[in-house]
This record gives sequence, C-alpha cells and structure tokens, in this order.
Amino acid sequence: MTAIAEPLNTRIRPSAVQMARWAISDSLVMTRRNLLVWLRVPAYIVFTVVQPVIFVLLFRYVFGGAIHTASAGGYVNYLMPGIIAQTAAFATFATAIALAQEATKGVIDRFRAMPMARSAVLAGRLIADSIRMLIVILVIIGVGYAVGFRFQNGVAGAIGMVLLAEAFGIAVCSVSAFVGLAIKDEESVQAFGLIWIFPLTFVSSAFVQVSTMPSWLQVFANNQPVTLVINAMRSMALGGPAFPLNPALWESVVWLAGALIVFVPLAVRSYRRVG
Amino acid sequence: MTLTNADFAIEVAALHKSFGKVHALRGIDFAVPRGSVLGMLGPNGAGKTTAVRVLTTLLRPDSGRVIIEGYDVVRDAAAVRRRIGLAGQSTAIQLELTGRENLEIMGRLNHMPRSSVRGRAAELLERFDIADAADRPAKTYSGGMQRRLDLAASLVAEPSVLFLDEPTTGLDPYGRLGMWDIIRELVGRGTTLLLTTQYLDEADELASTIVVVDHGRVIASGTPNQLKDQVGGDLLEFTVPDRSRIDDAVTAVAGLSDSAPTVEAATRRLKVAVGSRGSTALVEAVRRLDAAGVVTEDLALHRPSLDDVFLAVTGHATEAAPETGSKARKNPAAGVPS
Repeated sequence: MTAIAEPLNTRIRPSAVQMARWAISDSLVMTRRNLLVWLRVPAYIVFTVVQPVIFVLLFRYVFGGAIHTASAGGYVNYLMPGIIAQTAAFATFATAIALAQEATKGVIDRFRAMPMARSAVLAGRLIADSIRMLIVILVIIGVGYAVGFRFQNGVAGAIGMVLLAEAFGIAVCSVSAFVGLAIKDEESVQAFGLIWIFPLTFVSSAFVQVSTMPSWLQVFANNQPVTLVINAMRSMALGGPAFPLNPALWESVVWLAGALIVFVPLAVRSYRRVG
Repeated sequence: MTLTNADFAIEVAALHKSFGKVHALRGIDFAVPRGSVLGMLGPNGAGKTTAVRVLTTLLRPDSGRVIIEGYDVVRDAAAVRRRIGLAGQSTAIQLELTGRENLEIMGRLNHMPRSSVRGRAAELLERFDIADAADRPAKTYSGGMQRRLDLAASLVAEPSVLFLDEPTTGLDPYGRLGMWDIIRELVGRGTTLLLTTQYLDEADELASTIVVVDHGRVIASGTPNQLKDQVGGDLLEFTVPDRSRIDDAVTAVAGLSDSAPTVEAATRRLKVAVGSRGSTALVEAVRRLDAAGVVTEDLALHRPSLDDVFLAVTGHATEAAPETGSKARKNPAAGVPS
C-alpha cells in the first residue's frame, strides 16, 4: 500500500461574506422547499388549519357556556388568545415529524455531504414553519371574528399579540426540532411529539381561569410559561395592565429566550449527530 | 507501483472508528485510482456504511486518514463536499416534490448559478429516463425511477467522486439492470466511483477493484478475477446418468482446465474448476460432450458467491447473509475449497 503523503491541496476558505450569503440563500431555498411540500399535501393543510378551527367552535359553542370568565366581550374574547397560543404550539408537531423523516431517510446525510451552509436545514425549517404558523394564526383570527371575537386594544395590541404568539411558536419549534432529531424514529415522534405539549397548554390559562383549578394545580398553572405567554397575549388583545408594563410579558420573553438558548444548540447538536 | 498520489481520487489509511464498544472500522486501507470503480463488498454490519460516512465527511474518524481528490476529509471537509456526490441506501428525495423540483433544489443548494440549474436538471431528467414524469410528484414514480432520481440528485453538481451505498438493494431484477447501465455510463464519463454491495455479481459486473470487508477490516482485495481465482473460480458441474460413460466424459472435458475433473462415483457427478472462463468453458464442454456422444443431466455453471469468497478468505460463511441467492449455498457445498 502506498503511504499517504501530505494532502496536495491546501485549504481554500471562502470569505466570511460569501459564507454569510450562502447561509442566507441556502436557508431561503430550504424555506421554499418546505413550504412547497406543505402546500402539496392537502392532509397537512387540513391537519394544521381544520383542527384549531374545531377547537374554536368546540370551546365557543359546546364548553363555553359552562365556563365563566370576567372578560370584556364574553368567553370568546377570553378564549381566542388561548386557542392561538395552542395552535402555535401544536403546529410544531409537524416540525418534529419532518425532521425525523429527513434524518431516517438519509436526506440530512445528503445535505451534510453537500457544500450547502450547515445552518440551512434547521434555519429553513424554522422559517418555513413560522410562516406556516402565521398563516394558520391569521386564519384562526378570521374564524374567531366570525364567531364573535373582537380585539379590544387597538391595532398595536393585536399586532403585538400575533408577534408574541409567533415568538412562542418559534421557541416551541426549537424544542420540537430537538425532539424530532433526537428521537429520529417517526413513529416514536408521532407518539411522543405532542404529549409534552398537552399538559402545558391545557393546564394553563388557555381555556379556563387558573383560579378555578385545585390549589396544588394552580401552583404549576400559574408559573409555567404557557400561562405567562397567554396572559401577556390576552392583555395585548383585550387591554388590561398597560402592556409594556405587564410583568407577564417580560416573564414570557425571558422564558422564550431561555428556551431558544437551550434548545437551538441542542437541536444543532442532534443535527450534527444524525445517523 | 508507478502511481503517485496525484493519480488517486480516494486514499484511505489506517482508518479506525468505534461507537462505544463497537469497533466499526479497525484499520482500513485502500486507494482508488482516478476514474476507476472500487467495489466494497461485505455482509450487513461489516462496516461498509460507516466507511462511506467517514469518506463523505459525515463522521469523524477516531484515527487514520482519508484524502479525497487531494483534500483531507477532516481538515478540508468543505473542499471535499464540493467534489463528491452521495447516494445512500434509502432514497433521499422529497416525494411530494416533482423530479424537476428535486433536482433544481439540489443545484441551488450546491450554489450553482440559477441559470445553469434549469438546464442541468433537464439534462439529468432526460439522461435518467425521467423526462416524461419530470413534473409529477416523485411519490408517483416506480421504485426504480425513484432510485434513478435519487442518483441524479447526487450528480447535479457534477461530482468527480461518487459514493453509492448499496445502490441496488431493494430493486427488482429489472431495476437492478437499469441501475447497472447507468453506473457503467457514469464510469464511462470518467467519474471515480466507490460502491458498496452485498452481491459479488454486482461488484464483479461494475468494479475494477474489489475490497472485501468483514468486521471492520479489509480481508481481501484485488480485481474481480483475482478474487474469484482465490475462491477457485467458476465450477462446471454435471451428472452422467450412464455410469459406463463417466470415463468418456472425463476425457472429453479434461482439456478445459488445468486441474483434473473430480468425480463423485456415488452420484455420478463431475466437477471441473474452470477459473474465470465460465461461459466459454460451458459452451466448450457442451460441444465436446456432444461430440463424444455422452448424455448429461443438470449441466450447470456454479459461480462463486459472496459466501464462497468468505469461505475461502475467512473460513466462515457470512454471518449476516444477503437476502437472496445465498440460501442454497449456506450449507458448505461439496467442492468449495475451505
């Protein structure tokens, strides 16, 4: 066997500017690809849009009569910020499934063996999923308006609520991306991808006032991030404590930043270890 | 050896990789001259896929060195990635997207100019016989078409070194032959190819050099003919129903091989080792036996299988036998050297 000499070629590194341009254009190509896949599969659209619509109708007309809240404009106004946050959280289920499929089918292997930017698979996934989430949130607000929901706090408050819902969705997305890449097996992701979200969204202020829960449960419900996010969204949508001063908003921002700081690196690490 | 480093597209030296206590690669060495085909042959779990993953920058080796087109896979991974293509064991295409969209996305992610991406995708669709279905979602394609699209996806950026991990596993015989044709054409265009396979006939058909891998080591290497000769080559077998004609039969086929035919008197079965001249010898044997007026039954050519290679090289059969073609030969057959 011939001994291997030093490599003949020395390193050629593209400039930092070139690398940054590639990172952006590759992420956009991946974003477009992911949105195209979503639009091609009617089942995905039905699942992501119809399911939250059913929740709106169910809580507005079936459970709503039995739930008493002190919100201006009645229960539907109380409900909508909760449903929107839940929708954002549930939408990330697709993030975990898609990444798990790509990991097991060798798609991520192929991408990693290509000169594309390392960040583009995850970035493209997060961007596409947040666009998808925004579309679904706007549809749900439209349905909400049809069944009596009204923003009470002006356009700025409405936009602020949507932005916070998006930020919340992106934070949950980073957790889902990690779950999908760490578990990898699609069926396990189907089974476990949503389970952790259920207690967080239902044991919160999303559908009922926390004060109606047993006191031991209130301790959890009052202090977990989904309640904080929904309370902040509600105050932006409906008024309440002047919203830049609302402590729930700042506590939410700290929680969301914390989730991103922990789970984005974990997702990146699992991405590197795929296979 | 007059080859210099510049003549090799792939050089691998003392490659080790473990996953915890599992030693997937335990010192692999080989080199692939530019424009040639290396067949990496071995059973499931031999370390083939791990080797491909290290060579394509997906896994860091624990020790040892891999140089692809002059670039180190660890230190210059980015440069290596610009020169390689990878088609893994499963089809890594997006089934919801059309064939054309799949290829165009690959082109964009390989940083090809937008203007050349369209033409390149169209050319590959044409060449791989997918043009008619180019604008249908890939999930409507047959298995063979999906595999061809997957291979096309790895070729968009015109890699000079291509890695194919078990390119025909799971294909029907027709799809398998189609894939062989495509691979031959690629090699004709000067691409250096490393393909892994569990099938000796596939390596024989496509590879100029074969390395046999078992338990993370290269246990044999050489040209397909060298390997088959090591096994004993092709074996011509037939039965002579009329016991009194056996001697005539032996005389008739004696000249076909350097070694004398063996006779199992009880079964009236004759065996002739004919090296790598299998089909020529078969025709010649029929002609001579016919000329001598000897009637035969069950005349057949036994081609060495992966199991035979393993028996010859390691003294044991493959532990994870390939799904097809080996069952009948699992029991150490008479006449196979051991």
